[in-house]
Amino acid sequence: MRRILLFTGLALLAALLVWGMRGLPAFGSYPGPYGDVINQVAVAERHATDTVSAVNFDYRAFDTLGEEFILFTSVAGAALLLRREKSEEKEDENDGEDRDRGRAPPPTSDAVRVFGVALVGLTVGYGLYMISHGAVSPGGGFQGGVILATAPLSVYLAAEARTFERIAPKTLTEIGESVGAAGYVLLGLAGLVAGVTFLGNVLPLGRPGEVNGAGNIQALNLIVGLEVATAFVVLLTAFIEETLRRRLRREDR
Amino acid sequence: MSPHFLPYLVAAWLLLCGLYGAATSKNLVHLIICVAVLQTSTYVLLLAVGYVSGGVAPVFIDAPPGTRAVDPVVQALMLTDVVVEATVIALLLSLAVQAHKRTGSLDPDQLRPLRG
Repeated sequence: MRRILLFTGLALLAALLVWGMRGLPAFGSYPGPYGDVINQVAVAERHATDTVSAVNFDYRAFDTLGEEFILFTSVAGAALLLRREKSEEKEDENDGEDRDRGRAPPPTSDAVRVFGVALVGLTVGYGLYMISHGAVSPGGGFQGGVILATAPLSVYLAAEARTFERIAPKTLTEIGESVGAAGYVLLGLAGLVAGVTFLGNVLPLGRPGEVNGAGNIQALNLIVGLEVATAFVVLLTAFIEETLRRRLRREDR
Repeated sequence: MSPHFLPYLVAAWLLLCGLYGAATSKNLVHLIICVAVLQTSTYVLLLAVGYVSGGVAPVFIDAPPGTRAVDPVVQALMLTDVVVEATVIALLLSLAVQAHKRTGSLDPDQLRPLRG
């Protein structure tokens, strides 16, 4: 009965979608004009050769502020949902042994260790490249930040829990996340102080194609890179906290 | 069906697949992945709307400005979409962790209305 209901609903939705999509312009014949206008003026106006970044961090910079805060609040929400509860703290006192028994994870294989550690330098370098070249070539703060955040993840998978704690201390990542969120707003306010508009360009534009050019676009890229990288590390830490604590206890023994 | 309509059909297909999976799922983690599949349909739709036949990527570092390029606005929107999906998945997964803590099960059918 449930299935019949589901398939009827899906069929109706499919019909509705196809009917609606028939009204869209044919694939490949984009009617414009916004994209075309930005493609024509962005390089001359903002000195950013990646117009997607120009849209995100200049023409629609205010929307990206909202986007950044979606990330910020949902990380806060996830951390809240994953917090330790009183009942779990009690369990910790007897070392969680009852639950652990017979469920200890198998030791990490040498292949994972070697590959994971080798990957760390590569991801850090690639992540930083992605963030710093956001205004020049495809990429930017969001993409590079996520890549950067995978470095602690491979450390967690390949090395000791102690090492993970050392390279991604909780307080420091939380501070980094807040600085990233606040920095975006502050740079926006700098526009008001300088007499432009909120998030209007206040920094030197440089030459198109230069990494230290593109003014606010480049600065916001760096800020968002910091925000995204630390936000994802905070999220990761929240998810693995319990396991991390157990591993630390085991290593201490 | 003309090839000019195919990408839109792919988007519709992904949406329906995601919905079907989410509705019939027996495991919360599986359900969340289905929601992720469902959301990928919006990526395909956005990119399809902004595509220009023969256009290059809207990056003018090699191509001189003025080259025929696809719409950067929908690509920026898609980037927002990806970020939103990542955060939604993170929140849903932590809800799944909570549900497992409370009920000891990941089966959506085992979830009961809120108890005090």
